[in-house]
Amino acid sequence: MFQLIFFSILNGLVYGMLLFMLSSGLTLIFGMMGVLNFAHASFYMLGAYFAFTLGLHLGFWPALVIAPVLVGLLGALVERQGLRRVHGFGHIAELIFTFGVAILIEEVVQLVWGRPAKSYQVPALLDFPLFRVMSSSFPAYKAFMLVVAIAIFGFIFVILTRTRAGLIIQASLTHPQMVAMLGHNVPRVFMVVFGIGSALAGLAGVIAGPVLGTFPGMAQVLGSIVFVVVVIGGLGSLTGAFVASLLIGIVQTFAVAMDVSVGGTLAAVGVPVASGGALHDLWKVTIAQVAPILPYVLLVLMLIVRPTGLFGTRET
Amino acid sequence: MSKPKSAVVLAVILAVVTGLAASATPADPIRIAYIDPLSGPFAATGESGLNQFRYAVDAINKAGIVPGRPLEIVPFDNKVSPQESLIQLKKVIGDGIQFVFQGNSSGVAHAISDAVQKHNERNAGNRVLYLNYSAVDPALTNEKCHYWHFRFDAHADMKMAALTDVIAVNKSIRKMYIIGQDYSFGKAVADGAVSMLGKKRPDIQIVGNELHPIGKVKDFSPYIQKIVAAGADAVITGNWGADMVALAKAANDGGLKVPFYTYYAASNGITAAIGAAGIDRIRLVHETHPANPNSPKALSDYITGFRKLHAQDDINQPRINTGLSMLAQAIKRAGTTDVDKVAAALEGAEFTTIGGDQVVMRREDHQLQMPIYISVHTNKNIKHDLDASGFGLSLENKIERDKVVQPSTCKMQRPS
Repeated sequence: MFQLIFFSILNGLVYGMLLFMLSSGLTLIFGMMGVLNFAHASFYMLGAYFAFTLGLHLGFWPALVIAPVLVGLLGALVERQGLRRVHGFGHIAELIFTFGVAILIEEVVQLVWGRPAKSYQVPALLDFPLFRVMSSSFPAYKAFMLVVAIAIFGFIFVILTRTRAGLIIQASLTHPQMVAMLGHNVPRVFMVVFGIGSALAGLAGVIAGPVLGTFPGMAQVLGSIVFVVVVIGGLGSLTGAFVASLLIGIVQTFAVAMDVSVGGTLAAVGVPVASGGALHDLWKVTIAQVAPILPYVLLVLMLIVRPTGLFGTRET
Repeated sequence: MSKPKSAVVLAVILAVVTGLAASATPADPIRIAYIDPLSGPFAATGESGLNQFRYAVDAINKAGIVPGRPLEIVPFDNKVSPQESLIQLKKVIGDGIQFVFQGNSSGVAHAISDAVQKHNERNAGNRVLYLNYSAVDPALTNEKCHYWHFRFDAHADMKMAALTDVIAVNKSIRKMYIIGQDYSFGKAVADGAVSMLGKKRPDIQIVGNELHPIGKVKDFSPYIQKIVAAGADAVITGNWGADMVALAKAANDGGLKVPFYTYYAASNGITAAIGAAGIDRIRLVHETHPANPNSPKALSDYITGFRKLHAQDDINQPRINTGLSMLAQAIKRAGTTDVDKVAAALEGAEFTTIGGDQVVMRREDHQLQMPIYISVHTNKNIKHDLDASGFGLSLENKIERDKVVQPSTCKMQRPS
């Protein structure tokens, strides 16, 4: 039991931090431009594919640095040449634009790399079990993922709260006209933030690709859950994204470990459940079976109870 | 532009287009619809299937099985969605195509099978034949069987019978864990495993029987922890596509060393993704010789020819060739493409596969009867690898046709 709980916490943390790397960029971009960027998960996918190809020629470590930079530049380009022009036509146009970019990227990835999954492997240096507890082992690579994610969190946090650049970004979020009046180039700030957000997604792709698989559907698989994180955490809130990522990571991991049925859980907390009846099948479903949809349940509950999210200040 | 003028232009365009279409097809081809995922998370599987269909059709056309009538594959993308499949099926019927192949996902297969049955009962002059090359939910040839459905893959219970025969003599397995995707096929695998293990090895304890949503799980580590915590010495899974890759990767990361008995852990990037992590651990229950070691010559040539066209792709479903060849021979015997007559010619038909196996299409339920192979993932003595990865499948057991025969509850209604 101890082993199960211990590893569930670790796995939950790793998965949660991965979600955070994706959602931090998304929430920043939303906070600033008011646009839910549907193409965000596609930048994550590009990160993985770039790193895979670069890794073939240069090895994993240079790819770890170069791939996110490339994705970031691409993101900045999309903002500069696309989103900024669409901006004048309102949020709906921007939303549809990012949606189009997402589809475009997926098709391009299929054209360039083909449809089958790529054999993007963990680098040999990190391909060993870090430690063993009883019969399970924890791979060194996952520890590495955790370290990178924490470093990123620290990095963004310090930049946003302790530097002048951070001050300008934060001010641009709420008072763009004022910041422009003070002589700052607000569109460029937007472009830089969009680029950094994309680069973060790319970095998440680089380090998640070997573990979660590198295939053209990888953006779709992770895309929806990232929106859930951002909404639960509160749109535009970095702290919210952090807490919500960990929350979802841990909840989902533990839910999988629970073999109790829905009916049994209700009975345990004092709600009587009639055996038989129309809902008979529903009560037999185990928590583990519904684990992957729990975040969405959480999303709906959050929107009902607290539409601003955990740390958000504006209505979704 | 005035109206009469545009009508003239339209007429000219139509004439040119139809003229081109007519001149482009000298012989009248027999068109065969291929309805499977060509986009989305399972696109890799569908794309590879399409390559194998086209390759098989080329071989059949070269051999001239149906004189003067080449076969032609027309692909339709269903995104593995039953709703989308029904839309595509309507298009297929609208285009006048009479033969439909589909295989990925039993959920889709049920939808198409139902729709084909209803359509055929209502449209006696315009029937279609559903040829299922991969969807292995046993129900399709049992309680849900009908005259216009034929299956060329061994269904889940036939494969499970073979698998449990092998497990029955492996005394080191005492605790079994079953994990699968939460839909009809995943459930069929689980039910088959529980009932057959219960008969053949009552001493084996089922320590876990788990279903997860299909295509929704990102990280399988929590599931692997559960398997470890349950103390399983072997795992049975029907997972396919991205769900199989992720499961194998998580097992390796979590240090789970027990054997995995799988239905689909090969090709489409899965073999390459599993790599060294699966050596002597991942086993596959499948329907044709794995081509290693000592491949039958015809199979070996067939694979080599395919690899020349598609360097990264594999012949992982030789049953595609079996299905198409048997259809072509049935059309030849029937002397027509009339669906009811072709179906009658297919019933009871015998065939020798490229792997050299004698197979027969059982009349009572339209389930192809065939031997089953169990192979192990390895890189030793691999002549024909998969995913161009150096890894491939090596034969461990062959379970003969009569050993995997399953009774059927099908009560076939034949059109009078």
